[in-house]
Amino acid sequence: MPERIVESFDVKWIDILDEKGNVDESLMPPLSDDEIKKMYETLLLARTFDQRALNLQREGRLGTYASILGQEASQIGSALAFEKTDWIFPSFRESGVLIARGYPLSMIFQYWSGDERALKAPADMNIFPISIPVGTHIPHAVGVAFAAKYRGDRIAASAYFGDGGTSKGDFHEGFNMAGVFKAPVVFICQNNQWAISVPREKQTASKTLAQKAFAYGFEGIQVDGNDIFAVYRVTKDALEKAKSGGGPTFIECFTYRMSHHTTADDATRYRRQEEVEAWKLKDPVLRLKLFMHKKGIWAEQYHKEIEEKSKAVIDDAVKTAESIEPPDPRDIITYTYATPTRRQMRELKDF
Amino acid sequence: MPKFNMVQAINLALREELQRDKDVIVLGEDVGIDGGVFRVTEGLLQQFGPERIVDTPLAESGIIGVSVGMAAYGLKPVAEIQFMGFTYAAVDQIYSHAARIRSRSRGRYGCPLVIRTPYGAGIKPPELHSESAEALFCHMPGVKVVVPSSPYNAKGLLLSSIRDPDPVIFLEATRLYRLIKEEVPEGEYTIPLGKARIVQEGNDITVIAWGSMLHRTLQAVDGVDAEVLDLMTLRPFDEETVLKSVKKTGRVVIVHEAPKTCGFGAELSATIAEYAMLYLKAPIMRVTGYDAVMPLARLEEYFIPSADRIKEAFGEAMKY
Repeated sequence: MPERIVESFDVKWIDILDEKGNVDESLMPPLSDDEIKKMYETLLLARTFDQRALNLQREGRLGTYASILGQEASQIGSALAFEKTDWIFPSFRESGVLIARGYPLSMIFQYWSGDERALKAPADMNIFPISIPVGTHIPHAVGVAFAAKYRGDRIAASAYFGDGGTSKGDFHEGFNMAGVFKAPVVFICQNNQWAISVPREKQTASKTLAQKAFAYGFEGIQVDGNDIFAVYRVTKDALEKAKSGGGPTFIECFTYRMSHHTTADDATRYRRQEEVEAWKLKDPVLRLKLFMHKKGIWAEQYHKEIEEKSKAVIDDAVKTAESIEPPDPRDIITYTYATPTRRQMRELKDF
Repeated sequence: MPKFNMVQAINLALREELQRDKDVIVLGEDVGIDGGVFRVTEGLLQQFGPERIVDTPLAESGIIGVSVGMAAYGLKPVAEIQFMGFTYAAVDQIYSHAARIRSRSRGRYGCPLVIRTPYGAGIKPPELHSESAEALFCHMPGVKVVVPSSPYNAKGLLLSSIRDPDPVIFLEATRLYRLIKEEVPEGEYTIPLGKARIVQEGNDITVIAWGSMLHRTLQAVDGVDAEVLDLMTLRPFDEETVLKSVKKTGRVVIVHEAPKTCGFGAELSATIAEYAMLYLKAPIMRVTGYDAVMPLARLEEYFIPSADRIKEAFGEAMKY
């Protein structure tokens, strides 16, 4: 019997907005000028937030913080595609996702100052608390998607993780189950090329991360993660597919971590500055600005106004975060179980 | 009233709760068409369909991870991990997530999840099929650990566990699955978590055991005026009943299958020493598995506390 090919796959790459601000009209999602402006304004707000968080950390006013610099389009482009009823499972480098979903800015600061109260999302947001152990929240999104499908709710669940997360066992187990259950879930990987000091090529021998999805029976797409239009479009399509019974999608946003892993890291120990410089040219904010400028919806004055507004909003958020009453030490115990145990009742008397 | 063994009693509990509450989902490896490797879920697929009785891929961490999501959404997953030794692969999901999500979300999300798993020796299987790792889970704040000892209490405890708003590790002794038959009422009855059962009253020694070791203990107790406690819930355990009994008898023997170091007997001993030291007439005795890896079938009986070893401990305690 001759050998034959029993299965083969092609991995798609999508980009819409190039570094000079030109778009591929045939792929451009239908967005009004106001919606495009909202994207730009959210990018600026997230960038301003990020910079402020780094400053506050240096001043000792925040704990360790994970910067999103460079990844704003991946985060905001995808997050703006969700509906309020969708469920989001963030990892720890997702300030942009939270900001785009309208998570109170003061609470994001509050969380990074070490206050769990800020992980309790406002009641109208299905945003799970930030998951610290890498990749372990992937199955949670699958579970929510399974449950929604079981109840007949037309929603999707989405987990955010990075290139490092694709090496974890829970990535495999979660993806595998998502495929088997045909769960309405969208997996969003920000391949920012570095897992602390380990570069992408040492993380996996696969040419792309996106191709891993095909092994689980669903599509993986690679998208220019610094192109907010492409990320938005791909996410929107994947959500629609999930909600209409088409099963999961894996989106690999090809982007770059412009900053250190966290404020506790020094990236100069393991990567070359030339690499970082090269990625500066691909900046997600810059290319959207060029596009808007060509379209006649960007001007210095507008930019300044937005920047100032962002700063003011963030000043307010910092003020709110820093003036909130300190957490009650009894909270350490109170939320362990629905009802405290007898032993815990005794322990509560310490406070 | 019909007599059931523990497999049938657990099956009945699942069946009744699936019927009562549409949010209950059974998932795990081979729980569907095969009815589970011990047949605990037999017939459930036929009655409730594949949307609710879910055969999962072979992935323990994934099973628990997916269950955490289901529970957050409001379902009540009852996950089966085929043998306790395979829960080790899911410890990250249990310890890092199931146990903590209520606290991490400051009460926004709970984790009403039951993890049923067969534990302990007695069926001559390959390695890691006879583990007794209850203490591992007893150390996890946010988790409850329940160990039934009979068909009757298995049903009542499982119903309480499924209805509990927090994650419960529900340990089913393989040795007991078909050992005893007893009357198990159909329909509603629950046994509260966190309460121990006084199996027999006595005055000279308090003997504390759970699961399969309760039966070993009862074989050894002849001729001793012992008060035998079946703990049933290990976390949170029934301090009140334990201390009351110890204060009465002044002597304690704790029996468990797991290795001694940091076994649950250590927690019991420490609690008794903290709150009832001055009532003790003799040192607290622990009869346990050895501080070693659980052996395969040929050496299994040397490892597990025998009736003789338990009797010896009674004799020792009575010397004081």
